[in-house]
Amino acid sequence: MTFLQELQQNLKKNIRDYGMYIALFVIIIIFTIATDGMFISSRNISNLLNQMGYIAVLAIGMTLVIVIRHIDLSVGFLAGFLGAVAAIALTQWNFPVWVVIPMVMVFGIGAGLITAVTVAKFGIPSFVATLAGWLIYRGALLQATLKTGTIIIPNPGFNALGNGYIPDLPLTGFLPGLHKVTLLVGVIAMVLMVVSEISSRKKKIEYEFDVTSKNMFTIQLVFMIILIGAVTYVLAGYNGLSWTAVIVLGVTLIYQFLTTQTFLGRHIYAVGGNPEAAELSGISVSKITYIVFGSMGMLSALSGMLYASRLQSATTTAGTLFELDAIAAAYVGGVSSAGGVGKVTGSLIGAIVMVSLTNGMNLMGIDISTQYIVRGAVLVAAVVFDVATRKRGI
Amino acid sequence: MSVPILEMKNITKEFPGVKALDDVSFKVERAEIHCLVGENGAGKSTLMKVLSGVHPYGSYDGEIHLDGELQTYRNTYDSEKAGIAVIYQELALVPEMMIYENVFLGHEIRNGLSVNINETIKQTVALLKKVGLNVNPATKIKHMGIGQQQLVEIAKALSRDARLLVLDEPTSALNESDSENLFDLLRGLKKEGVTSILITHKLQEVLAIADRVTVLRDGQSVVTLDNNKGEVNDDILIKNMVGRSIENIYPDREKKAPGEVIFEVRHWHAYDPRIEREILKDVNIKLKKGEILGITGLMGAGRTEFARSLFGNTDGYQTEGEMVLNGEPVSFSSPQKAIKSGLAYVTEDRKGDGLILIQDVKTNITIANLKRILNRGFLIDENAEIKDAREFRDSLDIRTPSINQKVLYLSGGNQQKVSLAKWLYVQPEIMILDEPTRGIDVGAKFEIFTIMNQMVEQGMSIIMISSELPEILGMTDRIYVVSEGVVTGELITEEADQETVMRYATM
Repeated sequence: MTFLQELQQNLKKNIRDYGMYIALFVIIIIFTIATDGMFISSRNISNLLNQMGYIAVLAIGMTLVIVIRHIDLSVGFLAGFLGAVAAIALTQWNFPVWVVIPMVMVFGIGAGLITAVTVAKFGIPSFVATLAGWLIYRGALLQATLKTGTIIIPNPGFNALGNGYIPDLPLTGFLPGLHKVTLLVGVIAMVLMVVSEISSRKKKIEYEFDVTSKNMFTIQLVFMIILIGAVTYVLAGYNGLSWTAVIVLGVTLIYQFLTTQTFLGRHIYAVGGNPEAAELSGISVSKITYIVFGSMGMLSALSGMLYASRLQSATTTAGTLFELDAIAAAYVGGVSSAGGVGKVTGSLIGAIVMVSLTNGMNLMGIDISTQYIVRGAVLVAAVVFDVATRKRGI
Repeated sequence: MSVPILEMKNITKEFPGVKALDDVSFKVERAEIHCLVGENGAGKSTLMKVLSGVHPYGSYDGEIHLDGELQTYRNTYDSEKAGIAVIYQELALVPEMMIYENVFLGHEIRNGLSVNINETIKQTVALLKKVGLNVNPATKIKHMGIGQQQLVEIAKALSRDARLLVLDEPTSALNESDSENLFDLLRGLKKEGVTSILITHKLQEVLAIADRVTVLRDGQSVVTLDNNKGEVNDDILIKNMVGRSIENIYPDREKKAPGEVIFEVRHWHAYDPRIEREILKDVNIKLKKGEILGITGLMGAGRTEFARSLFGNTDGYQTEGEMVLNGEPVSFSSPQKAIKSGLAYVTEDRKGDGLILIQDVKTNITIANLKRILNRGFLIDENAEIKDAREFRDSLDIRTPSINQKVLYLSGGNQQKVSLAKWLYVQPEIMILDEPTRGIDVGAKFEIFTIMNQMVEQGMSIIMISSELPEILGMTDRIYVVSEGVVTGELITEEADQETVMRYATM
């Protein structure tokens, strides 16, 4: 097989995965041209990632919920409510930040488990159960902010979550204008990526499995290095990695690891693919339902805190329509409502695509009404692409 | 001779990478029952899809003539209008709707915009009478047995003035008496001039009902035989279907003296709260080490319910009684516990609740026992998984382009082998096989039986649940016959014959 044939085959086989990256790339190019490069500027990209954070973590949780054939409409107002709880804990109860953050996440898990009880134990359709949650948390948010209205959060540690950046080395003479720690993180990421890819390939060769040819493999590695390098370089040009980006990356890595490398992931996709078969294979469907909704609740809490931190306050309308943005991101990222299909990384890209659209069109000064229409069209196009490529049965 | 009602000439249909039909010619005379047989993948279903317009005119080469006229169907609607009705294995009825609504679904009798219900019911009653179904036309489909549903499908076809009925494995889910009913109906319709094409795996049926038989093999029409002239028998059919003769449908096994009792169920009762009925009554069975134990009975006798109530009771029956495994009393509140104790259960409906169709072969094989490939208790060792899956692919001869192929795209026989691999991967002591050969062809059946023999040779014990008497008699050591939730007989297979079993089954 020649190299070109291999490349062609590889592209064909992974068209669904690559499709999203290509779409994102096209979007970036279009906006960069339309805004005379303003879109791709360090400052804007950094800003864009911060805007995306609270939707991205929700989209990641939502991916798993949709994979096991459920939906969670309550996450938006749950996030809003838990953001307000965090604000109250900080301002009125005077809890320290390092207590508040884990505490609110535990609350989130609790809320998710309550949803899971209604779904797994009582067999209520998740659409209905979480619609009830949507109403309840909306009410709870209003009550929490009833007396005070918007709760201002004067805590700089907490507010750094949504607005702060990782610290830099105090070396003024070395690489001026670039964020050194961010570059370092990027280099470490590249090294880790290369080492792990090479060792996994070596192991495959040890087992005498087929692997991609050396040329192909090198190209893939170089491509990944360039990608990481480019992102790092762009970010380093402004304030470096934001804490939001660090959190989103962390959540993505953990969930990617859990879903692809562990038995838990297998069980989740098995339940999504065929719940009856999963149960008869010794997998407890209700246990998986508890875990997935619990994780969704926890990520809702995280999302709520990221948002409150970003605004440096808890507002009465926080969380409005977050759930639909998260669901849209997950669908753009390739999850299937029939269950059993969808990747965490896909949903992250989906979230980036959706936020890039908003951000880019804002920069171009496009009217908000048009923005909604464009985003709706992109959502439909993404899902049509997904369904069409899936039908070909690869 | 008059013009045949249907003549398909030189049909060739290609899919990307495969030639599903290769120059097939197929002729059906007026008012005959014509059986179409062949292994899975031989092209029977594709041929019928070409006929019914699922594959529209132009997407295949060749010609279809109905009453001597060239037909060019663009879709199934066209073929229906021409008088062709196809009844698929998976019935196309709406369970929540009533009989008369289903019969006239899509061509309602109208009064302007509204449906003329009285006329609909009147015509439905007449049609039901014709197909010999004596039920209230306002019965919901979901409350009917599968045999009755089939008759409703035929009534639906007749309501559209179908002249050519195509039935795709109509008896695969029917018990013997329902099958007999169906055949009587087809014979009756034949007298009225309705022609039937019957796709089937069951050779006994072919012998019983066919006027003529066409055998397909590897996308080609091999031969058409006339049953009325005595041209058809088992051997000839099998030889033509597989292209070689199979000496014996059931592979030989050296029968050993039965071991000690390994698993026993005593005084087992089960009550199904959904239908408010006791479905198993005082069932007692013993399974001996290294034997194949058969459980048979008619449809609805409680065979599958029995297996499911033992294996973690996922259907939520209220059960009573005791299980003894290796001398210890046990009870399984979930399939997980049953698996841990050394049981495995290959379900009757491999697509519905057996396999995860959208996942690949290797994932399906390892899913019930991921522990075997876990590092540090939670990390999946993908390389070990690939290695194990390949071993099973080779040892069970699972024919798949790759272990990364989705199970969805495998043939029935190979899907069943994946099911077996999945449960062998658990290394159970006791394997419960529920209708292990349903919907798979003669060649694959033989392979499944061979695997079963290997299992018992390795010391496993098998409970084989089946409604097909020949395979129960051909494969097992001992047989329990159930009827309406009660064990009516226990037989040593060597001393049993079909008549005896049927007598117990209808007790």
